[in-house]
Amino acid sequence: MTSPLDLPVAEMAARVADRHDSLKAADLVDAALARVRALDGRVRAFLHVAEEGARRAAEALDARVARGEAVGPLAGVPLAVKDNLAVAGMPLTCASKILGGYVPPRDATVVARAVAAGAIVLGKTNLDEFAMGSSTENSAFGPTRNPFDLERVPGGSSGGSAAAVAAGMAPLALGSDTGGSVRQPAALCGIVGHKPTYGRVSRSGLVAFASSLDQVGPFARTTQDAAALLRAIEGPDPLDATSRAFPAARPAAGLSGLRVGVVEELEGAGGDPEVAAAVGRVRAALLARGATAVPLSLPLSKAGIPVYYLVAPAECSSNLARFDGMRYGARVDAPEVEPLYARTRDAGFGAEVKRRVLLGTFALSAGYADAYYKRAMAVKTRLRVELAAAFSRCDVILSATSPFPAFRVGEKAGDPLSMYLCDVLTVTANLAGVPAASVPAGLTAGGLPVGAQLWAAEGHDDLVLSVGAAVREATGLGYVAPAIAKEVA
Amino acid sequence: MSAPAYRVIVGMEVHLQLRTRTKCFCGCLAVYGAEPNVHVCDVCLGLPGALPVLNAEALRLGVRTGLALGCTVARRTKWDRKNYFYPDLPKGYQISQYDRPLCTDGAIEIDGDDGATRRVRIRRAHLEEDTGKSFHVAGTKHSRIDLNRCGTPLLEIVSEPDLASAEEAGRYLEELRRIVAYAGTSDGNMQEGNLRCEPNVNLVYENGDRTPIVEVKNVNSVAGVERAIRFEVERQDREYREHGRTSKNTPRSTRGFDDTTGTTVHQRTKESADDYRYFPEPDLPAVDVDPALVEAERASLPERPRTRRLRYVQALQLSAYDAGVLTADRRVADWFEAALGPDRTAKTVANLLTGEVFARLNAAGKAIDAVPFPPARLGELAALVDGRVVNAPTAKQVLKLLWETGEAPAAAVARLGLAQVSDPEAVRAACEAAIAAEPAAAAALKAGNEKAGGRVVGHAMKALKGKGDPTLVQRTLRQLLGLPS
Repeated sequence: MTSPLDLPVAEMAARVADRHDSLKAADLVDAALARVRALDGRVRAFLHVAEEGARRAAEALDARVARGEAVGPLAGVPLAVKDNLAVAGMPLTCASKILGGYVPPRDATVVARAVAAGAIVLGKTNLDEFAMGSSTENSAFGPTRNPFDLERVPGGSSGGSAAAVAAGMAPLALGSDTGGSVRQPAALCGIVGHKPTYGRVSRSGLVAFASSLDQVGPFARTTQDAAALLRAIEGPDPLDATSRAFPAARPAAGLSGLRVGVVEELEGAGGDPEVAAAVGRVRAALLARGATAVPLSLPLSKAGIPVYYLVAPAECSSNLARFDGMRYGARVDAPEVEPLYARTRDAGFGAEVKRRVLLGTFALSAGYADAYYKRAMAVKTRLRVELAAAFSRCDVILSATSPFPAFRVGEKAGDPLSMYLCDVLTVTANLAGVPAASVPAGLTAGGLPVGAQLWAAEGHDDLVLSVGAAVREATGLGYVAPAIAKEVA
Repeated sequence: MSAPAYRVIVGMEVHLQLRTRTKCFCGCLAVYGAEPNVHVCDVCLGLPGALPVLNAEALRLGVRTGLALGCTVARRTKWDRKNYFYPDLPKGYQISQYDRPLCTDGAIEIDGDDGATRRVRIRRAHLEEDTGKSFHVAGTKHSRIDLNRCGTPLLEIVSEPDLASAEEAGRYLEELRRIVAYAGTSDGNMQEGNLRCEPNVNLVYENGDRTPIVEVKNVNSVAGVERAIRFEVERQDREYREHGRTSKNTPRSTRGFDDTTGTTVHQRTKESADDYRYFPEPDLPAVDVDPALVEAERASLPERPRTRRLRYVQALQLSAYDAGVLTADRRVADWFEAALGPDRTAKTVANLLTGEVFARLNAAGKAIDAVPFPPARLGELAALVDGRVVNAPTAKQVLKLLWETGEAPAAAVARLGLAQVSDPEAVRAACEAAIAAEPAAAAALKAGNEKAGGRVVGHAMKALKGKGDPTLVQRTLRQLLGLPS
């Protein structure tokens, strides 16, 4: 017997919203909490489980349904929230020691909107500290494990959210994607992860890493479910001056005549042959159904990693300056203010965060800013232009999401540069501000998920997700539950 | 051997608090003097995840101030982060403007020390958010932080080094304060910190030597600015003469002004230029300044206070002193101009306003808007004075009635028969009687003792019940005594 947690989100919510249906939000929350209890000791996706709060919210929602009140399109759906998004009353850690026992006063806009649509916040999920990393190993509270192989990483930085959905603990999750932090863990965990067009989703309440690149995005088992969460959270927000309205996306194109861009520089790229083969199978399936391949070159995409690793640390060095031990969070006292800052930040930040703060501080320093930060920003601008030109020739670009499937815990932990290369296929979409999603593209011979990445022009998030749905139809490949998830109801 | 003569060079950096209801990037009230840390929110506290959103009113007041200073307003402006750590700076950076300031290339005029008009160029004026305040509590190891001021909008106004003395710097600040008060964009109150300034001072000698530039901080009044600059001039000259300190061998530095001693104290050298790691603020889009907004602000700007003052002297023939008094406050000048009319002189209106009206306001501790009658009424009274219908003492009496009962001047004069006696026959009779009654004084007057004549005039006026036309009385008396008139 399948659990109602495994229903499509729309069906789940419709049943909860129907007062005559036996399925209640409380049942979904109880089922999700049961899975968390059974699995999360091993997966470690959650940093905080809001057991009481989730139950109360579910009961309140059920009561509203019983009174005949209208509830939203996510009614009763358990939602896991990456712990760099504020949920009022729940600790906000960013997987860092520096926030101490900080509890934010209000919800992030995305959380408030999801809750207004009926979602129930199940808890806060693990991440690389301040979203800096690609494996969720840079968490001050220990790594999250990949539900497909507990010896392997779930990807990152939103590894907790990806693992929670992949393990079946939550049908939906929120993550943030600055250089691939939604798409790469989605790929490594065999689920759908979408990075919206920059500005489509409010960043208010998202603890900033690199403000010009950060976007909040949904995790789900299907593109339809991801779209349901995106619908709930998107739209201009008076609290975020960079949020914008985008015109209604063009209607989902059928595969017939769909122009699929194949980018020379993103093919192979030293990646795993099984990943390349899986993406090749997806492409072949699309072409077999009437899509056409458009060979493209994005020469500047080769500069993606260096540009990203200047822009993102530069912004992070400024964004993380507020963690100084003065007003909230952890503090290591000292008799003078300068050593207080130094000791607090030394004790509070992990190695990767310090590395990036130092890198960014250097890149912005007088005498170096021209050579590093300003040049990187200039390339970023040209990259946008290059990508916009590419999308005049194709509707979507298809590539791999991650060059390789999930690696072993510890395998890259001592080698930051090889860790940075995890993002080689994802950072370009952030730098250009365009939408991109990772969708399941099957498993390797060893049973590890592979993701295919679909990109489109700015604002065409719906196209990305509808082509993602078409990929599933064309290939028959989609989310499959890992063995661990089958242990529980 | 005497040291060569020098010129004083002063440039001013002014931080002006714009008069918005709420802060620059959040909805908190921008008020002075509240309990510490009550007007704060997640944005101005820099809580994780909070984002700034521009207050359009701050931009409007920035544009308006820039225009009032004769600046060009940028079509497109942007925000930058100025990064530094300080306990009263919650985000670890200040949102400011670096390479695309809102306003550039302005100028204001002041009176130079040589009496000529001195044009002081404004290099730029940019918007930024204010920091909080730190209080170092004496005798403790702790500081207290008040973040109420955090995020209130400032316009930083940077002049070119066009000022040549402490006095010119003082006049620059006074003029700046009047300009922004006229424009209605800031209270410009130095005591409350609405207007804070940092003079940059150095000396240039005839032989080309220059002393290193010193930036003076913690100056809280116009008098303080003048004292600080005078102190710096003397100190820098002494350092030059005694130790040969010039810009070539000594770095720029920042010194703090101590108001109690009138001295400046070294704070830090600028040998290693401050590195604020400016970069574009990614949380705020660039601003395309609406040309319609700029034109609307330009169209609604009042005449500059200095222009108005000079116009009062040249076109209205007022004394420089009266012109200064009347234009010091735009509301007074507006009130004054509303009292002018074709049948009265500006001088008479000014005399009545700065004399009797100001005396009553001062006694009550009130401002011009507390005058209980409209300006036109004072104008009517001035017309009666200029038409020699009433003399000065009577005018005072009529004004008292006007103030206390609102009775119109002409009506009061008619009702009480206060019109002055200008009938030559009546005046002649009164004068003859006065000469007869005061023969000794009349003789003294005839002999040239003008002072003694007062008694005769007084007698004649008394006979006319105080309503005699003073000029006619004088002339008639002199005629009767055979004096030249």
